[in-house]
Amino acid sequence: MIEAAQLSRQFGAITAVDAVSFRVEAGECLVLLGGSGSGKTTTLKMLNRLVEPSSGHVRLGGTDTRELEPHVLRRRVGYAFQQIGLFPHLSVAQNIGVTPALLGWESVRIAARVDALLDLVDLDPEVFRQRAPSELSGGQQQRVGLARALAAEPEVLLLDEPFGALDPITRDRLQQAFQRIRSDLGVTVVFVTHDMTEALLLGDRIGVMNEGALVQIGSPRELLSAPADAYVAELMATPRRQAEVVDRLLAEAEGAP
Amino acid sequence: MIEQLALLPGFLTAHLQLSLVALALGTLISVPLGILVTRRRELEPGVLGVASVIQTIPSLALLAIMVPTLAAIGAFTARVFGIEIRSIGYLPAIVALTLYSVLPILRNTVAGIQGVAPALVEAARGVGMTPSQQLRRVELPLALPVIVAGLRTATVWVVGTATLSTPVGATSLGNFIFSGLQTRNFNAVLVGCIASAGLAIVLDQTIRLLEVGLRERHRGRVVAAAAVLAVLSAWTVGSAARSWLPADRAPLSIGAKTFTEQYVLSEILSQWLEARVGRSSQPVSSLGSTVAFDALRTDEIDVYVDYSGTIWATIMKREGLPERREDVLEAVRAYLADEHGVEVVAALGFENTYALGMAGDRARELGVTRISDLPRVASRLAIGGDFEFFARAEWKALEQVYGLAFREQRTMDASLMYSAVETGDVDVISAYSTDGRISAFGLSLLEDDRGVIPPYDAIVLASPRLVREEPQVIEALRELSGAIDAPRMRQLNHAVDGGGKSPRQAAAEFLADRTGSGN
Repeated sequence: MIEAAQLSRQFGAITAVDAVSFRVEAGECLVLLGGSGSGKTTTLKMLNRLVEPSSGHVRLGGTDTRELEPHVLRRRVGYAFQQIGLFPHLSVAQNIGVTPALLGWESVRIAARVDALLDLVDLDPEVFRQRAPSELSGGQQQRVGLARALAAEPEVLLLDEPFGALDPITRDRLQQAFQRIRSDLGVTVVFVTHDMTEALLLGDRIGVMNEGALVQIGSPRELLSAPADAYVAELMATPRRQAEVVDRLLAEAEGAP
Repeated sequence: MIEQLALLPGFLTAHLQLSLVALALGTLISVPLGILVTRRRELEPGVLGVASVIQTIPSLALLAIMVPTLAAIGAFTARVFGIEIRSIGYLPAIVALTLYSVLPILRNTVAGIQGVAPALVEAARGVGMTPSQQLRRVELPLALPVIVAGLRTATVWVVGTATLSTPVGATSLGNFIFSGLQTRNFNAVLVGCIASAGLAIVLDQTIRLLEVGLRERHRGRVVAAAAVLAVLSAWTVGSAARSWLPADRAPLSIGAKTFTEQYVLSEILSQWLEARVGRSSQPVSSLGSTVAFDALRTDEIDVYVDYSGTIWATIMKREGLPERREDVLEAVRAYLADEHGVEVVAALGFENTYALGMAGDRARELGVTRISDLPRVASRLAIGGDFEFFARAEWKALEQVYGLAFREQRTMDASLMYSAVETGDVDVISAYSTDGRISAFGLSLLEDDRGVIPPYDAIVLASPRLVREEPQVIEALRELSGAIDAPRMRQLNHAVDGGGKSPRQAAAEFLADRTGSGN
């Protein structure tokens, strides 16, 4: 469980995030959806204190995160982001095992965990364990990034457009892998994206952000059926229109002789 | 050549030791400073600015300025904490070379850390590293190839610049170059240049191997480079440790300034003391004029030969026309004893005065035999002087009393002045009256008809420590009173400058003659 209460962040005179509150239940996936500059990434980074809130607070499993050292907090929260940031001087196994190593796990336990996670993200441990990040494709790197975020059995997983830079087929595969992992592990997730379709596919609930404010939060069904304002309505119209076009094309393709 | 090569291991080891210690200290200063600068960005312009300014100081000047600087610091620490600091020799060289190595390592440390991709820094924070773990596990390892590249630049600079530490009293490959230039022994210069270039290349390539190995994460290369550096370090540490072992009796340090006569005289003193009282000694060669005196005054060297007029003009800072030769000598003797506890042990029996010299033909053609003949033609003539001459009181007095105004005034290395006057690049030079090259090059010395240049009796000076602790050495030195007259000195100088002998050989022949005739 992670809970944001009246989170705000100013950068100089600009209010990037304005009094955002939400609660993500254990095992739930909340997608924060919005355009660039909507404040979704800043909101996410305040959850693990990569950005310190100007006001408001975050509770992780009942603990106010202000009471934790930032690095202690971050070892309890998995984090993966679009640029991935695999350490180039470390092997795949060392990258995945970095947080467990910081926590002082025994090396046998780390090695077992690394292999289990490589299996989980569909990378053969025998093949990939000792590889350098530079020897991996973009999709493989992001799988390793995801494995690294999951390594220390985090209470919450924070994902910032993790599939944003991948080609459509790779992205689709990773989204499916992610759904499977989520149902296997029952992990709590906050997932930031600007991709409406990704939000609808992955989110148990979607929080729509615009100009720093959380304008609506609800299930995909609720957002589609009862948009709170014109912005949300317009946002929801896009996948609907795309889906209609795709449906028609599929129908034509099947009806053709 | 054989004689020069025999000196190579000692000079090379000393040079390597200077370079490696300076580089190690430079790294120990620069890397933490670089890290600090990346953590406190407001410090960056100031710190890099200071390092850059140090780099713009000419290396020879930086080394030279360390001597008075350390002397001043030493005077302070001696008074306040009772700690003596040696202002000549190893220390000023190390301090200057260390300062010189700071900028490239510092700049590359900052650039290396700042060059780590922001995504990696964010990832390091995101996985739960503390700021220091972030530095040690991510930023420094990734910056390391860049830092090592800076170390490589610093290495080439330091190995080259270390040759200039000879005049501040530190032994290096520069000893070949400085003494070779003075004694016209170009084999020595060649050996010094080739050895220091070779050392620079070996270190440069070793560190390049390290850099490439780190960049490409090639363990074998890193290990190989590290092994070479470890062996070199072990060698220098080993040889340094040997020299620190307590000897029965420390060898005497015999100083020499930067010209042939001084090399010959220091060899004569050394061989004489070895023969008479069985005291071994080490040369501290190529010292600047006031550096040599300061070193003696502070017991950093034990004995060297200076000239009464030099002490009169540059140490006592007396102006005006000199008194009689004996009066100057007496005044110098009393002054040194009272002010510095330095004893004038012996006057060797010859004068080496500054004199103005001209090519014989040219002097005849212009009708110049005395300095007072010069003013009427000086506006058409160029004068060349050694590094000190134009800054000395004697030159000021000559200018004033005779009203000299030359067309051009050029400062050059003493050993090159003689060729310059021979080829007509300059018309008049500041010569030394005992210089063997005066007759070799057919120069005429101009008479100082108004007696402006003070007499320069060659005198053996002994340090306060030597006077206090080793009377038998003082006695032995005293026996050299009147031992060398001017023609003999000129002949010894010429044997080295023109006859291709080493100062050691010339000194040995002189002493052999002396013992022979004494029997």
